[in-house]
Amino acid sequence: MTTGKIVGVNGNMITVAFEGAVAQNEVGYACLVDGDKKLRLMSEIVRIRGRDADMQVYESTNDLEIGDTVEFTGDLLTAELGPGLLRQVYDGLQNPLPELAKQCGFFLQRGTYLNALDREVKWEFTPVAAPGQRITAGETLGTVPEGIFQHRIMVPFSFAGVFTVKSVAPAGSYTVEKTVAVLTDADGNDREVKMFQRWPVKLPITCFQERLMPTTTMVTRIRPIDTFFPVALGGTYCIPGPFGAGKTVLQQTTARYADVDIVISAACGERAGEVVETLREFPELMDPRTGRTLMDRTVIICNTSSMPVAAREASVYTAVTIACYYRQMGLNVLLLADSTSRWCQALRELSGRLEEIPGEEAFPAYLESVIAGFYERAGVVRLKDGSVGSVTIGGTVSPAGGNFDEPVTQGTLKVVGAFHGLSRARSDARRYPAIDPLDSWSKYKSVIDNRRVDRLREILREGNDVNQMMKVVGEEGTSIGDFITYLKGELLDAVYLQQNAFSDVDAATSAERQQIMFDLVEKAMLAEYPFKQKSEARKFFQEVAQEYIDWNQTAMDSEDFQSRLEAIQKKIEEASQHV
Amino acid sequence: MYKVYHTIDNLSGSVITLRAEGVQYRELAEVTSRTGTSLAQVIKLDHDTVTLQVFAGARGVATDAKVRFLGRPMRVPFSDNLLGRAFTGSAQPRDNGPELTDNMIDIGTPSVNPSKRIMPRNMVRTNIPMIDVFNTLVESQKLPIFAKAGEPYNDLLARIALQAEVDIIILGGMGLKYDDYLKFRDTLDESGALSRTVMFVHTASDPIVECMLVPDVSLAVAEQFALNGKKVLVLLTDMTSFADALKEIAITMEQIPSNRGYPGDLYSQLAARYEKAVDFDGAGSITILAVTTMPGDDVTHPVPDNTGYITEGQFYLRNGRIEPFGSLSRLKQQVNKNTRDDHRTIMDAMIKLYASYKETLEKQSMGFRMSEWDQKLLKYGESFEKQMMDLSVNISLEKALDLGWQILADCFEPGETGIPTKFTSRYWQKSV
Repeated sequence: MTTGKIVGVNGNMITVAFEGAVAQNEVGYACLVDGDKKLRLMSEIVRIRGRDADMQVYESTNDLEIGDTVEFTGDLLTAELGPGLLRQVYDGLQNPLPELAKQCGFFLQRGTYLNALDREVKWEFTPVAAPGQRITAGETLGTVPEGIFQHRIMVPFSFAGVFTVKSVAPAGSYTVEKTVAVLTDADGNDREVKMFQRWPVKLPITCFQERLMPTTTMVTRIRPIDTFFPVALGGTYCIPGPFGAGKTVLQQTTARYADVDIVISAACGERAGEVVETLREFPELMDPRTGRTLMDRTVIICNTSSMPVAAREASVYTAVTIACYYRQMGLNVLLLADSTSRWCQALRELSGRLEEIPGEEAFPAYLESVIAGFYERAGVVRLKDGSVGSVTIGGTVSPAGGNFDEPVTQGTLKVVGAFHGLSRARSDARRYPAIDPLDSWSKYKSVIDNRRVDRLREILREGNDVNQMMKVVGEEGTSIGDFITYLKGELLDAVYLQQNAFSDVDAATSAERQQIMFDLVEKAMLAEYPFKQKSEARKFFQEVAQEYIDWNQTAMDSEDFQSRLEAIQKKIEEASQHV
Repeated sequence: MYKVYHTIDNLSGSVITLRAEGVQYRELAEVTSRTGTSLAQVIKLDHDTVTLQVFAGARGVATDAKVRFLGRPMRVPFSDNLLGRAFTGSAQPRDNGPELTDNMIDIGTPSVNPSKRIMPRNMVRTNIPMIDVFNTLVESQKLPIFAKAGEPYNDLLARIALQAEVDIIILGGMGLKYDDYLKFRDTLDESGALSRTVMFVHTASDPIVECMLVPDVSLAVAEQFALNGKKVLVLLTDMTSFADALKEIAITMEQIPSNRGYPGDLYSQLAARYEKAVDFDGAGSITILAVTTMPGDDVTHPVPDNTGYITEGQFYLRNGRIEPFGSLSRLKQQVNKNTRDDHRTIMDAMIKLYASYKETLEKQSMGFRMSEWDQKLLKYGESFEKQMMDLSVNISLEKALDLGWQILADCFEPGETGIPTKFTSRYWQKSV
């Protein structure tokens, strides 16, 4: 084992003079003797210069001394992958937090590392592969039920080449450490496979046949997203916005209603309070599709803002690795990263300590390629058995000052397929979700015919132009035709683009309901109105909006649903025919 | 027992470097010079070169000053004897009381395990409608008050301190004017709140390093009280001074600045303090209200900007009023569902209409004719500002909600407000 001695400490960076060979990104442990306790602090090599290695420590470096020993492991930072990941709450290094709390109490004690997967729990294993079968990395050896999913026990992704199955364990209940298969490689060496495997988080998992084009819309039940700025399964999108614009509420709503199998929620450098909300609410919320609680399909990776910065950097990789692992089972996985800016800031802190030449706003020069590498791990793939799985990545961005011209937002926009820009003006006016309907864009397919959506978008844009103009020339200087266009835009905004995340009915609109709602709002917007007076027009649109909003609060299976719909239709028809 | 060093290599700002061995990162040292003795803390180790920041500043520290390492990190005393007392940032008495040395606790304790936190669930009533109705303060919340210099933020803070129902108040003053410190002390004293208050105050003329310590000592003490089951309210003013102190040290250390000279880890530094706000599962809680002055009234300045991303909302104090736009309490949804069923409705409707009023005001100032609708909005806006927004209004939440319906009824027809009919049919009343 390679060891070294600490020769410098600066914040969460240590410099280590090592003997022997070490690798870039290799993990080591700084040994700290604190009274009679011996603590081992996990660290990762980020730079090697001569015989000195600069390491970022995943913990507080307080009390370390020059001359303290560092033990290198020879491995990169890995994640444990196997049954039992769902329902878990991990920190950035995949320590289960509830388990840590049992051991350490209220506070996170440094130097305590636990197994990510429970070693005691037994899983019902059913073999799939048969002895003699030729098999490669990522193919299925057997399955265990994990909640509602068939969790595939696969040939470890790190096994290169073709193997022959020598033996597979019979059906039975085993712990994750049980050897479930023995494989023989081309040279005749036997290798044992357990129910779980380890994979270096910073490397992408590529054990699939091919990547496919993301074409299926991921229904989130959030109207402005599904209809106007859709996201595809296997696609990527980002939500930049100033603080207080509702990024987190939007993420939480998405986590709740998105039509996917598994949600990985990575709280990266954000408030602990938000994680707590998810933690306490999800076990009680039912997932209507499965009849189980939402927690049963959720993994939370939580490295909040006061937890060590280096582990924050690792947390997004841990999250995406778990997401890609479940994709290998033919599932649709949604990874929500909140917020990628904090992750990039962690890179900046590190870069500053390394005294690298800074790029824009002191972010490192390699920022864009790191962001691109992360989002590129999303995608739809055809697996070796022909089934299809996807990882969709949605990242929030917290631009400094709400200004989208900063490096993280710009670096992200280059590589994502949809952009949901949140605007301060909208959130100030309590128009939630504050997705800017004019600035945002998406390259994916909507739940409604894209041409119909574009037509309404055009009216919205014209209405906005009229509104700008009215600020200069006033209402009396605006023609009645323009004024009606403006009111139409406002109507669309009020009844369709705004959605109350805290209302039982309005919070989630199914694709089916979006069709009906869209038909109605389209009818109202494409109709010609013969109003002579602006006050008359305003009154009409206010009333339609009012009735529409009441209708939005009406459940689809309630008696009023159809009658209210017809009442609004009638109102629009009467007004437009009344020549 | 402890080795004493006599040769200081570099002196710059509050930072000194010397050669020493067997020194721990973040260890405390005592620097004795002709001008006196001060504590200092290790902030960097590089081979045998140790960098220290001197709490009292390096002014007057000679190259042959005595440096003695103490083998322990920074600590503060903790006991009920703290109550009613005032200390400096390095926990030395600021009043004439005795020095406390019993039960020393470490500052800068580790982060709370997120799975040991519980959902905030208790509203903190302040009897200020702009807070109670529109942006409810919640126990364990961390909220900054954004204001430009000259706004009455310290008065607001004092008023909240007096009216909020909590067990312990910790006041952390950073860069305070001496008058402000005295004013706080006297206000709390007059109302009898001083006996449940601990003050850690750094005044503008004190050494800069002590300014950096104020949030840490305040929160370390608060945490102990909270662990003992107490509801603690921590008031910090002003966090911009704290950030400026960080900047000063970072620049002295020749760190690469990120934005307007602030260090790249400003976000993490601020977050480490704000995240101490907590509701412990099975113990007390810490609520943090922190004033952050905005240089040039610019919310995109790095300090308010980073703060806004960390905290659970913010209050904007502008022209002596809590501004409804931008001000936000993220946790209000946790509590305002349990107050009165019309709470959320009133909250949303009144703000939407007030936004329309602002637009009308703009039109009016440009000389456009006011339509009938505009006239209604103008009337509404004025009543809203006078009866709700004024900080001198001191009424309970329920009274404030009734007042809201009354203002709406005086100005509009139910259909014009965008409020669902099920509420207007119940609460809408023309005042007689």
